[in-house]
Amino acid sequence: MRSDPADYLLVAPQSLHDAVALLASEPGAWLPIAGGTDVMVLYGAGKLPARKLVSIRDLRELRGIEEFPNEIAIGAGCTYTDLRKHPAIAREFPMLVSAASWTGGIANQNRGTLGGNIANASPAADSLPALLAYDAELLLTSVRGERRIAYRNFHLGYKKTAMYADELIRAIYVPRKYSGYVSFARKIGARQAQAIAKISIAGLGRMADGVIDDVRIALGSVAPVPLRLEKMEAVLLGKNVQSLPVEDLRRLVAAEISPIADIRSTADYRAVVAGNLVVEFLRQLSSGKAST
Amino acid sequence: MTVSAQRSTKCEVTFDINGESRSVSVFPMARLLDVLRHELALTGAKEGCGEGECGSCAILMDGTLVNSCLVPVLQAGGTSIVTIEGLAGNGQLHPIQQAFLDCGGAQCGICTPGMILATVELLRKRPAPTLDEIREGLSGNLCRCTGYVQIFRAVADAAHRIASQ
Repeated sequence: MRSDPADYLLVAPQSLHDAVALLASEPGAWLPIAGGTDVMVLYGAGKLPARKLVSIRDLRELRGIEEFPNEIAIGAGCTYTDLRKHPAIAREFPMLVSAASWTGGIANQNRGTLGGNIANASPAADSLPALLAYDAELLLTSVRGERRIAYRNFHLGYKKTAMYADELIRAIYVPRKYSGYVSFARKIGARQAQAIAKISIAGLGRMADGVIDDVRIALGSVAPVPLRLEKMEAVLLGKNVQSLPVEDLRRLVAAEISPIADIRSTADYRAVVAGNLVVEFLRQLSSGKAST
Repeated sequence: MTVSAQRSTKCEVTFDINGESRSVSVFPMARLLDVLRHELALTGAKEGCGEGECGSCAILMDGTLVNSCLVPVLQAGGTSIVTIEGLAGNGQLHPIQQAFLDCGGAQCGICTPGMILATVELLRKRPAPTLDEIREGLSGNLCRCTGYVQIFRAVADAAHRIASQ
C-alpha cells in the first residue's frame, strides 16, 4: 500500500552540525535522506520503516571533491553525475566512474549519492566493489567528533554497518597510488542500465618482473557484504598468472564467496560467473591491458 | 500497519515552476510527482513504476533531469522546475517536441514527456550526440510502444534542428 505523507516527518537542517545534533537527540529514530533514490522507493511502496526523516541533500559540508597530494576526498553527498564528470576521478579511479555510469539512468545519477550507496549497504550496490579495490576510507561524523575508518571494515553483515546511529558519512577518501595499475570493472545484469547487478567485479593490480606485485579483487552480490577475496589475493602475490591452472583459480574464488539465489539470479550462476570474471581479470592483468 | 503517534504537519513550499513562482501547502514527504499532478494540475509527468526505473515522471529541477516520484517535495523548495508543460513557448512547440511528432517518436504518450525532458538534458550536455550517447541518455526512460528506433531518430533530428536554428 502507498505511504501516506501525513505519517512522515521530514526536516531539512541548515548545517551539518544541526543534522548530527538531530541524529544524536534520538539515536536511530531519524533516517537521513539525500537523493532519495533508495529511500523514496521504499517509501513509495509503503515499506519504509522510519517515520522521521532528515534531509541532508543540501548540506554544503557534504558536497565537493577535494584533491590532496596523496588522496582525494569525495563528499558523501556527491552524486554519480558529480563523480562521472570529475577529471581527477576519471583519470585515477576509472572503476568509480564506470560504476557511477551503471547506477540507474541519468535521472537517478543526478540524485543518487556515493554516501547513500555506502550507507544503504546493499551487497549488490554498483560502487562498492570499486571502493574496496581502491582501499577507500570513510570519514564518519557525529556530535562526538569525527573518525576515519577503512572502508573494508565498514560492512559487518547483510545491511549491517560499523556506523553508529548518531553518525553520518561525511566523506570518502581514496588514495592516489594507482598509476600503472591495471583495472577491470564489470557489471553483469539483465540490462546494463537500471537493472540491479546479478554480480559485479572490481579488479585492480600491478605486475612486476612477470609476477603479480599487488592485486585486489572485489566482488558484489556474492556474499552478504561487498567482498574482497583476501585469501586469494595473498595466494596470487608473487605468482606468474600463466603458471596457475584456471581450475585452481576458480577453486580459490569458490572458497571465499557464498552466493545465494534470489529474484535476480541463482547461486550456481553467480558462482560460475564470479570465476569467469576473476579469471578474465587475471588474464588482462598479466597482459597489462586496462579495461574499465 | 503501525501508525506513528507523531503526525506530520503541512508546510509551505515555494518553487519556480515553468517560469512562475508557486507556493503549495503540503506534507514535506509528499512526492513532488503527486504535488505536480494533484496540487498544481500539471499532469504531463506520469506515474509509471513509482520507483525511479521508467522515467515517465522525469522533470528538470534546477536544469537537471530527476524522477519526480523520488523527490520529497520539501527538497524541491527554492528550486526551479521545468515540466513538459513549460517547454513549448509562444504557441510554438519546442524543436524536440516537433522532432518527436515528425519522427513518430510518440505513440501512446505515457513515456513521451520524460523522453523529451531526458532529451533536453542530453542535448544540453551533448549537442551532437552519437547513437550510443542517445541510447545512454535515454536509458532511464522506458517505452513499450515504439521499440525506441523512432525515438532515437527523433533525438538525432532534434539535435540537427537545434544546431541549424
